[in-house]
Amino acid sequence: MIRVLVAKPGLDGHDRGAKVIARALRDAGMEVVYTGLHQTPEQVVDAALSEDVDVLALSILSGAHPTLVPRIMELVKEHHMDDVLVLLGGIIPEDDVDAMLHLGVAKVFGPGTDTNDIIAFIRDRVEVV
Amino acid sequence: MKDWDEIAQGILKGQKRAIARGLTWIEQGRNDGKQLAQKLFAHAGHAQVIGITGSPGVGKSTLVNALTLTLRSQGFKVGILAVDPSSPFTGGAILGDRIRMQDSVMDAGVYMRSFASRGHLGGLSRATFGALTILDAAGFDKILIETVGAGQSEVEIMQLAHTTMVVLAPGMGDDIQAIKAGILEIGQVFVVNKADRDGADHTVRSIRSMLALAPEHPAWMPPILKTVAEDGRGMEELTEALEHHWQHLTDKGLLDRFRWNQTEHLIEQAVADVGEHLIRRARAGPEWSHWVTEVGEGSRDAEHVAEELWRQELQEE
Repeated sequence: MIRVLVAKPGLDGHDRGAKVIARALRDAGMEVVYTGLHQTPEQVVDAALSEDVDVLALSILSGAHPTLVPRIMELVKEHHMDDVLVLLGGIIPEDDVDAMLHLGVAKVFGPGTDTNDIIAFIRDRVEVV
Repeated sequence: MKDWDEIAQGILKGQKRAIARGLTWIEQGRNDGKQLAQKLFAHAGHAQVIGITGSPGVGKSTLVNALTLTLRSQGFKVGILAVDPSSPFTGGAILGDRIRMQDSVMDAGVYMRSFASRGHLGGLSRATFGALTILDAAGFDKILIETVGAGQSEVEIMQLAHTTMVVLAPGMGDDIQAIKAGILEIGQVFVVNKADRDGADHTVRSIRSMLALAPEHPAWMPPILKTVAEDGRGMEELTEALEHHWQHLTDKGLLDRFRWNQTEHLIEQAVADVGEHLIRRARAGPEWSHWVTEVGEGSRDAEHVAEELWRQELQEE
C-alpha cells in the first residue's frame, strides 16, 4: 500500500489542486494523508516522518517555493528520510524547475498535469511491499 | 532503518522515526513487525488506552486535539492513533484527522499516526493492537485511539481500550438510534461535544435516562460531560473523569484482568496467523484444486483437509 502525504506549505489558501490530487491518488488505491492549509516546513516534515509516507507531495501556489522547498529538503535530509519521494506541484515557473530538482525534488508537476501521469510516476518510483 | 532490533531499541527510546517505521511494519502485516510487537509486549502495559468513538461529525478529531493539549499541560506524553475508512472500491483512503490536530502534534511529547481501516470492520484497523503495544513501549502515558466513527460496529474498541469515551453532539440522532447502535453499553465516559449549541442539555438528559435503564446497578457509573472542543471548554473536567476511571480500574484490580485479556488476544492473533499461513500455502499448492473438488462432491471432509494441512506443516518442521 503506497502512503502519500499531500501537504500545503506556506500561506496561500488555495487547496483545490491539492484536494483533486488527494482524491485521484485515493481512487488509484493509495492512502493519502492530508494535513490542510498553512503548514510550516517543520509541520510538513514532522507529519511525513510520523506517518512514514512513501511520497511527500507538496502543493505551492504562492511563489514561495524558493524559500519553502530548500527548508523542507533540508529537514528531510536532517531526519534521514532519503527514501521519501518528494513531488512538487502548483505554480512553479519554468526557470525554477531545475533548481527544485537540484534540491532533491523528484519531479515538478505544473498546472494541467494529467493526474494519471502523477499516479504512473509514483507507481514507477515507489517499491510496493 | 532495516533491522528490527535497531527499531526496537529506537522505539524503547521513544524515537519518532523508529516508532513510525515499526508501525508501518505492523500495518503491513510483516513477520518482523509481528516479532517487534511480541518483543515489545513485555515492555508495554503502563499506558492508559483511551478509545474515542462516536458518529462522524460530532467533533472527535477536534476533541482529541484539545484533550491532547490538556494532557500535555498535565505532563503526560500522548500517543494518538486515528483510524479513517478505506474505500471499499479501490482500497485507497483519505486520512484527514491531522487537519484538526495541528495545534498538538508538533510537540515532541506527542506522536500521531493515521491508519486506514483496510477493510477491517469494527471501526479499527487490524494493526491497532500491535500499534498500541509499540506506543506503550515507547513510553506514552496516554494513548488515544480515534475510531472510524461508523457508530454501530465500534464494539471492538472495548477490548483494546481501558476507557472508552463515547462522543455525541446535540441534534445528532435521537435516543433510539443510540440504543440501537449499542454505543451506550460501551462507554465509560460520555461526552456531549459542541455543548454551546442548542439542545445540549436535552442530549445529556437523554443519555442519563438511557443509562438508568441498565438492568443492573453498575460498579462504574459513566459520567456525562459537556465540552466545546473548539475552544477547549470542559477539558479539565474530561481529563479528571478519565483519570478517575483509570483509578477505578487500578483500585478494583481490573487492570490485571485487562492485561490478561490482551495477552490472550495476542495469542489468539498468533494462532489466527498460523491458520492464515496454512491456507495461503495450501492455495498455492498442487493439491488444492483436488481438495476443493472432493469436498464439493462430498468425498472428503473439509476438516480432513485442515488436518492434512496441519500434518504437512509439522512434517516440514
